[in-house]
Amino acid sequence: MSDPLAQPVVDPFSEARRLAREDGDFSMLVATVPYAKYLGVQLSLHEGKPRATLPFRENLVGNPRLPALHGGITAAFMENAAMLHLLYQMDTARVPKSIDFSIDYLLPARTEELYADCEIGRMGSRVAQATIRCWQKSQERPVAVARAHFLLMTPD
Amino acid sequence: MSTQNLETIAAAFLGYIPHMRECGLSLVRGSPEGVELRLPFREEWVGDPIRGVLHTGPITVLVDSSCGLAVLAATPVPETIATLDLRMDYLRPALRDKDLYCRAECFRMTTHIAFVRATVWQDDREQPVAISQSAFMRSSTGKPWKPEARA
Repeated sequence: MSDPLAQPVVDPFSEARRLAREDGDFSMLVATVPYAKYLGVQLSLHEGKPRATLPFRENLVGNPRLPALHGGITAAFMENAAMLHLLYQMDTARVPKSIDFSIDYLLPARTEELYADCEIGRMGSRVAQATIRCWQKSQERPVAVARAHFLLMTPD
Repeated sequence: MSTQNLETIAAAFLGYIPHMRECGLSLVRGSPEGVELRLPFREEWVGDPIRGVLHTGPITVLVDSSCGLAVLAATPVPETIATLDLRMDYLRPALRDKDLYCRAECFRMTTHIAFVRATVWQDDREQPVAISQSAFMRSSTGKPWKPEARA
């Protein structure tokens, strides 16, 4: 049997990508990834590049006393920021697969909106490397920085 | 910390922390040597509906929660901790419709820092979907950690 991914594939993201690129409307792109939709990740174009936002809600709290967001939420949001950035930028027909992810927590994430910018350091034919920076009130004071590798469209 | 105390703390932790309660995390077993948590499958955890693969985000939430609890389990008395860094390696896809399990062990505790490793699996713990290593800062009172405190 031939490998279905070796055939030319219909890109399920083409319409969502067109909306994001032409109208700056990322809602359809986010909706293609159920977990990103669950988290409530939003994207908008900022100086021509996608910027991710995570509105605060009570059930994302990880430390009610401080209070602070759950560390896993900050990480998951940053992974989504990178993944959606790649989906937006590339013409890939599949969600990029996470290979690894490493985060440094710099400050407690307060119970407010999170923002993240992502920079693609290397874009090969199979692997992309991303650096993600996450902040709240001040972009100069990141709450976390992270790096990740993604495997681009390949057979499973 | 005794296993009984640990179960009390885990129940408080998992029931009290909004995001852990929201995810439905539960303690499978726990001792000062390590803890195991379960994250039940939810449709919202899917990352790639075409492949039927879970997103890595909920796996990271499970790991961070388990590792934090593993540190608390290894301390003689409960204390406040903060994740310094956490690394995830995604060894194979996590499949939809299956629960996730994580075992986290604090393998080194110093006055200020706790080092933790974790393994995540679905059906077979010998076939992990992810492994992780992390470091936590302790709200240390300056008392060194003693192995006998584990007894």
